[in-house]
Amino acid sequence: MRELVCIVCPRGCTMHIDGEGENITVTGNTCKRGAQFAISEMTKPMRTICTTVRTIFPEVPVLPVRVSEEIPKNKIFDVMQEINKTVLSKPVGRGDVVISKVCGLSADIIATSNVLNEMNKQGEKK
Amino acid sequence: MKSYDVLVIGGGPAGLAAAVSAHKNGAKTLLVEREARLGGILKQCIHDGFGLVRFGEKLSGPEYAERFVDMFREEKIEALLLTFVTRIEKTEDGFKVVLVNRDGVEPVFTKSLILATGCRERTAKQVAIHGTRPAGVFTAGSAQHFTNLLGQLPTKRCVILGSGDIGLIMARRLTLEGAEVVGVYEAKPTPSGLTRNIHQCLHDYNIPLYLSHTVTRVFGQDRLEQVEISKVDENMQPIAGTEEIIDCDALILSVGLIPENELAETLGVKLDPKTKGPICDGQLMTSVDGIFSCGNALHVNDLVDYVSESGEEAGKNAAVYARKERKLLPVEASPALLYAVPQVLDLNKENKETVVYFRSRNPLTACTFKILVDGEEVFKKNYPFLRPPEMERLQIDFDSFHLTEHSKISLDIEVKDHA
Repeated sequence: MRELVCIVCPRGCTMHIDGEGENITVTGNTCKRGAQFAISEMTKPMRTICTTVRTIFPEVPVLPVRVSEEIPKNKIFDVMQEINKTVLSKPVGRGDVVISKVCGLSADIIATSNVLNEMNKQGEKK
Repeated sequence: MKSYDVLVIGGGPAGLAAAVSAHKNGAKTLLVEREARLGGILKQCIHDGFGLVRFGEKLSGPEYAERFVDMFREEKIEALLLTFVTRIEKTEDGFKVVLVNRDGVEPVFTKSLILATGCRERTAKQVAIHGTRPAGVFTAGSAQHFTNLLGQLPTKRCVILGSGDIGLIMARRLTLEGAEVVGVYEAKPTPSGLTRNIHQCLHDYNIPLYLSHTVTRVFGQDRLEQVEISKVDENMQPIAGTEEIIDCDALILSVGLIPENELAETLGVKLDPKTKGPICDGQLMTSVDGIFSCGNALHVNDLVDYVSESGEEAGKNAAVYARKERKLLPVEASPALLYAVPQVLDLNKENKETVVYFRSRNPLTACTFKILVDGEEVFKKNYPFLRPPEMERLQIDFDSFHLTEHSKISLDIEVKDHA
């Protein structure tokens, strides 16, 4: 039996997991999402990552980004490496794709701020 | 002199929500922000998990903030950026607020004032650490600023003192960027941050958490070279003989947040020693008529969703504010509570949908939150557990309790069986 703390919501239930492979039973969860999380955690743990990507703009040297969907936990550092290789030379907006299908996964890397576009607008005003 | 109905100080999530809500309730509103961009601290909180309560989505800090910035701009509310408030004077019918920015000094008049000044981190000077004064001692927030806004990694190998949420988030963030986090050290016997952050920020990256440990000394001339760690006893006093020296180039502090109320204090706003924010009524008005407080300036929230909620409440009430005598009734929180907001109720106002925020003093299981009026139980709610890092929120119809100015109203938590 394994003990696992759920990270789906701030409630943080302590769950107990029995069995292996196809026959996993979860107890201690207070919602369905907890059970799904426990099963995914035992079979293929997934995570989101949020980081920054470099730009050529001195006013905004880095732009915040995140994955568009969860990625396998064991791919986190591969994805980080790929993102850290990238340098943005054109402004992108919030929600825009910065790297599509990162590391051959189904997830894209998307910008989470409009700060580059705004910097551009302010520049035009001047 | 320019004149406004509502002046909001602070352009973070609380101030933005307050300004939008004041404007929508018909007030001529001005928002004053000292930084060049709106959004407050969320600009650098690039991790996700914001907005679950409000939008049902896990947004990153900038995404959450920009939704409110967009709303603020759509309403075409007046904002002054890179502007500081240097002085506030009470006048007969409002306040004279002195603003300073690149255009010079300008006094403006406002009928009511909303303080949305957020909170500040405790610094190295507020925790007892001996030794030299080398570079490399950062608050978690400044390490976050360097990493997420300036794109500069402030450490290659660091120790984190304190298990507050920002410290945990930074442990993960620095690890992702290739720095080594030797460990997170917490003087208290229980972690200060949310349980899920202990798991997704520390356990996921094999970063050890040492409870009942603290940093007792720092070494290094120009740059930090080593720290001394000691075990502490139940009174959080270092135990002699347990010292351990760790090589590192940075010490990152996540040792607590304090509501920022310097401006409030100059106006005679009474503070609650428990929350360290202003004592407020159900309308979030402070002890000074016409001054409202919201967000982390009022009390340190665990979720930004509640920061926005209190901003909206303060904004609405500041907009419809009319100088009227208040009939204040204290709401007493028993020692089982770390704090509760609001601390008073104005019986001359409607208190049908008053939002109560509270935290328990200790981690509890199977317990009941109760409201007592003159010793009689008028409301109760059971909780499977309560943990001090997690704030609780309830909406209470206080009007249904038929309160008078002689009522004695108190909040308490009863534990069913001791775990």
